[in-house]
Amino acid sequence: MACTTGVCQSGCYKEDDDEAMEFERRSESATTTTANGSASLPVKEDSDHRNLCFKCKVDEAITGDEAHLCLGCFRSSLFGKFKFSVTSHDMINPFDNILVAFSGGPSSRVVLQFVHEMQQKAQRNFDASRDRSLPVFGVGVAFIDETVISSIPSHEYEKAIQDIRLIVSSLAPPEKKLHIVPIENIYSLDSKGETSRLKELLHAIDDDTGKEDLVHHLHMMSLQKIALDNGYNKLVLGSCASRIACHVISATVKGQGYSLPADIQYVDARWEIPVVLPLRDCLIQELNMICSHDSLKIVKQLDGSGSGINVLVSSFVTLLQKENPSRERTIVRTAEKLTPFHFNRLPETDDPNNHVSSRRRHKKFNPKSNESIPSELFCPICNSPLNKVDSERLKSNLRHCETSADILGISCCSSCQFQILPKKSSSKEHFYSLLPQPMIDRAKYHISRDQDLLREQIKDFLLSEDENGT
Amino acid sequence: MAEVEPKQKKASGRQCCICNQRRAVLKRPKTLEQICRECFYAVFEDEIHRVIVDNQLFKPGERIAIGASGGKDSTVLAYVLSELNRRHKYGLDLFLLSVDEGITGYRDDSLETVKRNEIQYGLPLKVVSYKDLYGWTMDEIVKMIGLKNNCTFCGVFRRQALDRGAALLKVDKLVTGHNADDIAETVLLNILRGDIARLSRCTSITTGEDGPIPRCKPFKYTYEKEIVMYAYFKRLDYFSTECIYSPNAYRGFAREFIKDLERIRPRAILDIIKSGEDFRISTSTKMPEQGTCERCGYISSQKWCKACVLLEGLNRGLPKLGIGRSRGLNGHKKDIEQINQMNNIQSKPCGSLDF
Repeated sequence: MACTTGVCQSGCYKEDDDEAMEFERRSESATTTTANGSASLPVKEDSDHRNLCFKCKVDEAITGDEAHLCLGCFRSSLFGKFKFSVTSHDMINPFDNILVAFSGGPSSRVVLQFVHEMQQKAQRNFDASRDRSLPVFGVGVAFIDETVISSIPSHEYEKAIQDIRLIVSSLAPPEKKLHIVPIENIYSLDSKGETSRLKELLHAIDDDTGKEDLVHHLHMMSLQKIALDNGYNKLVLGSCASRIACHVISATVKGQGYSLPADIQYVDARWEIPVVLPLRDCLIQELNMICSHDSLKIVKQLDGSGSGINVLVSSFVTLLQKENPSRERTIVRTAEKLTPFHFNRLPETDDPNNHVSSRRRHKKFNPKSNESIPSELFCPICNSPLNKVDSERLKSNLRHCETSADILGISCCSSCQFQILPKKSSSKEHFYSLLPQPMIDRAKYHISRDQDLLREQIKDFLLSEDENGT
Repeated sequence: MAEVEPKQKKASGRQCCICNQRRAVLKRPKTLEQICRECFYAVFEDEIHRVIVDNQLFKPGERIAIGASGGKDSTVLAYVLSELNRRHKYGLDLFLLSVDEGITGYRDDSLETVKRNEIQYGLPLKVVSYKDLYGWTMDEIVKMIGLKNNCTFCGVFRRQALDRGAALLKVDKLVTGHNADDIAETVLLNILRGDIARLSRCTSITTGEDGPIPRCKPFKYTYEKEIVMYAYFKRLDYFSTECIYSPNAYRGFAREFIKDLERIRPRAILDIIKSGEDFRISTSTKMPEQGTCERCGYISSQKWCKACVLLEGLNRGLPKLGIGRSRGLNGHKKDIEQINQMNNIQSKPCGSLDF
């Protein structure tokens, strides 16, 4: 045991590597037991060295799965993971104005806390610096209010929203603007009857899992809209490793193997506002522990209980995790080995400010794509890239489509076609009319793109800019 | 198509939603359509025919060995394949190939089933035994090493035994009865284990094309439930006891999960396979280079093939040899567990040939 004194300061993310940790743990226990001359005694019962933090060897380790770290070391290691993903992927830079998606659950609570701490530190640095060349990044918080489609009684929901207001307002300055936006606001362009339209849309879907997934897509759409409308340039989600492990399995089960790697990277820039996942390497157990030890208030989960595939998958993963505590990480690591897409990196901007910030960061881990940026087609509903078969089918059938509903029908990924789109062609037109504008725009994009491609081929022979020749 | 029997429409009961003539007697597990028995046979066989044709699994004149354990999958495979061969004139020479692991009370009984199949379907049968190939029966191995890692031995030995039997029969290809459920299970387990190399290969319908004898799985898209249903309605003669040395080996988690999924959404099994086929895996994750075993000449990435290493351990009285990679004392126990679990996961319970 080399370091027996000193408080550990490094934000160590090494315990990611479970095997290494396991090994260290074992060797540590071996040394301790031999030092006491009683090899048969397990460390735990050794009264002197009992439960000391295995990192700083000073404080008592906290109980739980991460039993070998004290609260301080555990916290700093978790913050270290967060900080590492933020800096290595350039998620937050001084000129940013970021929007944190906040559900009130442990993951988003921790992400809010960590972002807040980062901002505070940036503020301190700003106040202390002479030239004040680097501003402090801005933070906003968004909560999507799903009261109208939730099975939870409205008074409980209101209570939860109250709590959320309290949580955000009690954070120390710099002040964070809280946006509480009802999910039906995605229909804002055509404001009348938005609630009933949303309800009708969900009602038109037979499949429970499909319904849940559509709500999830609408949720993302709402967050994007809030970010766009309020001038945020990045969206921070609290998706943690446990959540991602579930997504890996459920995407596989839904036949979304092709698009899966798009969803699980640190950066997802296929959206207008790029999405970043700084807690991608943290387990939910760790986040829960931080919440309880730091007494971070969390709001009771508002998801309600589902019955579909997502619930089945999450109980399956929980079971596996119980049987082997590194299972979730293994699942995420498997999915990490799948090839990401070109949009899983932040777009290079010509903004001079950006250069300043990237010069300051040496470690940058943007996944390299060796392909020249391919023109990916996206499913209008879930916005996931279409695989080859689906793209080909779309390209070859696009010109035979007569109605917009037909276009929607063929431009969706096969997973959405199965679990979200109505089976009967008679109800497709109606379903289409219920979709929010951004989804319709995405479907229409396929047509305009197709037209552009055609136009490109004959442009030398066209005399005017549009088809009518005016 | 099966001949349409002249039956008058019955007022009672639901009509078959395919032929609209006969009464529906079953709900098809894959699609939940209510159909009659004849239509079930037709769609079941036709789907397999389509898989064979679309993937060009066979060429006319080829000699094909069917890995036959006497269990439901391989029995139905032997029956359907000989039927399709006749009906669609594939021009194949079909053989049954069985491995006798030497498990009293299990394999001896199931081999009797295969021998009956030999007569029933008129397919020549070849049996290769562990005793002849390796000098050990599974009974003897279990006596020596106990019930802990026996599936590792059985799995490794069987793989080679099948290849050796296929070589003796001089066949061009070996078909196995892996069904869609098996493949979906393997996809999930490879994700759970982090085995990206196997994940990229486990959904291919034909494997080992670079090796001596390619293997293929005509049941890749066929549901286990439909196989059972087919065997049940056709009253096929099969053996349905689990191996006595690994009762419900790792059937736990993944199997059960897939069954639960199937209950909610039958299509999930096909979707998992589709995901497996679609995964974007860069070709740079290569498999180790293949060579041959210095001892027996079997394909191997190491100096000795796994079977020879295991065999050496048995013969020298060190059965732990070759189980687990040596990574220092600390990692050892973990590795054994891992390998053990891996093998349990990978193969069906020891003793069925649809490994």
